[in-house]
Amino acid sequence: MTEKLTDVVMSKQHPMDNLLRQDRLPHIWCSGCGLGTILTCFVSALIKSGLDLQKVAVVSGIGCTGRAAGYLNLDGFHTTHGRAIPFATGLKLGNPELKVVVISGDGDLVAIGGNHFIHAARRNMDLTVICVNNFNYGMTSGQMGPTTPTDARTSTSPYGNAEHPFNVPYLAAASGATYVARWTALHVRRLERSILEALNKNGFGVVEVISPCPTYYGRWNKMGSALEQMGYYHEQSVIQHGIDPAKADIGLSGEIIVGRFVDVDKPTFGDLQRGFSQ
Amino acid sequence: MSNDGVLQGDFFMDGDTACAEGAICAGCRFFGGYPITPATEIAERMSRRLPQVGGTYIQMEDEIASISTVLGASWAGVRAMTATSGPGFSLMMENLGLGIITETPCVLVNVQRGGPSTGMPTLVGQGDMMQARWGSHGHYEIIALAPSSPQELFDLTIRAFNLAAKYRTPVLVMTDETVGHMIERVIIPPPEEIELVYRRRPTVPPDDGYLPFHADPDGVPPMACAGDGYRIHVTGLTHDEKGYPDTVSVETQRQMVERLIRKIRDNRDDIIELREDQVEGADVVVVAYGISARTAARPVRIAREMGLKVGLLKLVTVWPFAEDRIRELAPAVKAFVVPEINMGQIALEVERCAAGQAQTILVPHAGGGLHAPDDILEALRRAVQ
Repeated sequence: MTEKLTDVVMSKQHPMDNLLRQDRLPHIWCSGCGLGTILTCFVSALIKSGLDLQKVAVVSGIGCTGRAAGYLNLDGFHTTHGRAIPFATGLKLGNPELKVVVISGDGDLVAIGGNHFIHAARRNMDLTVICVNNFNYGMTSGQMGPTTPTDARTSTSPYGNAEHPFNVPYLAAASGATYVARWTALHVRRLERSILEALNKNGFGVVEVISPCPTYYGRWNKMGSALEQMGYYHEQSVIQHGIDPAKADIGLSGEIIVGRFVDVDKPTFGDLQRGFSQ
Repeated sequence: MSNDGVLQGDFFMDGDTACAEGAICAGCRFFGGYPITPATEIAERMSRRLPQVGGTYIQMEDEIASISTVLGASWAGVRAMTATSGPGFSLMMENLGLGIITETPCVLVNVQRGGPSTGMPTLVGQGDMMQARWGSHGHYEIIALAPSSPQELFDLTIRAFNLAAKYRTPVLVMTDETVGHMIERVIIPPPEEIELVYRRRPTVPPDDGYLPFHADPDGVPPMACAGDGYRIHVTGLTHDEKGYPDTVSVETQRQMVERLIRKIRDNRDDIIELREDQVEGADVVVVAYGISARTAARPVRIAREMGLKVGLLKLVTVWPFAEDRIRELAPAVKAFVVPEINMGQIALEVERCAAGQAQTILVPHAGGGLHAPDDILEALRRAVQ
């Protein structure tokens, strides 16, 4: 009897297995979604960071990316829509020894959670935020959101989106974030390095990842197969480290400026608060 | 917990300040809040006091964020609270639900003012009592306490922390503007005289079969926190004992919801606190809570001087409702008189439990002030006719 391929695959221990909840896989993400590679980049950065994994907590909100916390074999919190950042704020202040990472989507972080995002940046709360931007609400089947490019079609902008989108790095930088980068899901090495840099930094770090949603956004906007969409974002990317993020708007077509835009140091909320209370 | 910086002795303080000091005595070391009249003094006091006892105060961008930080801090292992009033209480309903489904011990104080909406920011109300019971979506049980004085606000804030830890649930302190701003004597006992109950911790080491949502016989699961090494997963989705989401199983939903409800209902004798004054043998029983229980004292005394047999049943615990006691009393009394600073909320519960065996007479007040003694006296007269 021949061995089934799945048995062979399942029998191999992957080096990242201990950081994933094996009993929760397979995940619910669509084939072609960028979240798988993004999660791999995060795990790989985490291993390289040398952080004590017992002291790392991941907090997610709601949506496709919101499921990330549930697949990681770490202390994980899947909170309410938009509230990952304030929940993470309480977790961090309650136990400053924790490294607290927020992994959530663009709709969660900058629409319903937009107020929390800018205020956590303003306070320079010591959190690492990975914002996965797929330009639409995937979990609810592809509605327009705060990052949907003008003119893009979605299930709730069937004639084209009449709104101007948020430029996430610009929003983060203008609000006070001390580390800001953007990559696409296909920039795996650069993305991993940025996540690692953000993890090793004290302060509010934001890494935006442009991620294909072939099931909804890609289909509505005729972007081809999953691979074509992922390839398209990568090909459109222009690396411009240190550029003013105000110049990094993303349109329906045209270049996508990626790179590390902000990397500065300033006291965090925790630093200042400890200073005043002593 | 260090007792450095914790007060003890006799003080003259307002209810809001007493609430903050009660929290500090109870071991609260995190406050996430947003200024709102008439609860602001609690935030102000906490911002001054928490750094003195090694705690953290943070002022958030809104009340949604405030309660979110409180839940986060609780999962970091810290006793945590927030305080607000009507408009902020409405914003907190979303994550009150997250606190309930994730079984997160914390305390939420509502210094009630006149509503709806912005209503009467500086004046008293009791219009949020049903919102306290049902304000967040889905079906759940809640614990809510109602103090009538600054001393009780101090005492019940401590009790709220103990109940939250014991039953792993958010606990509401439903006070009001009058109690919050009233200045009276408050006795803060020495720390050794204050009984504190802490959350139950896991008894098994990590990787030895700890199930974060597997309950002990009383319905309450021991709680591991972030950083303890258990690598817990906590979700606002319907989840199994492992804490893993299961959003399509009717059976998982049934087990989870039933246990969340049972852990409060089955322990109601421990949770419900009542104060009774001449209730046995009374023809009429005034059922009241918070400041209205104090307002009722004078008309009750006058009625007794007039020869009426009137009892006063004060609901220190409003939720879960004292339905067993009302059912027990109903056949023996002519009427229950319920004064409250709303247009009839707890009166509905009394009426439900009286089940037609005794009349229920509501003494409503739309808010912004207290009942006149004559209004309650008039209802007592009507009750015995």
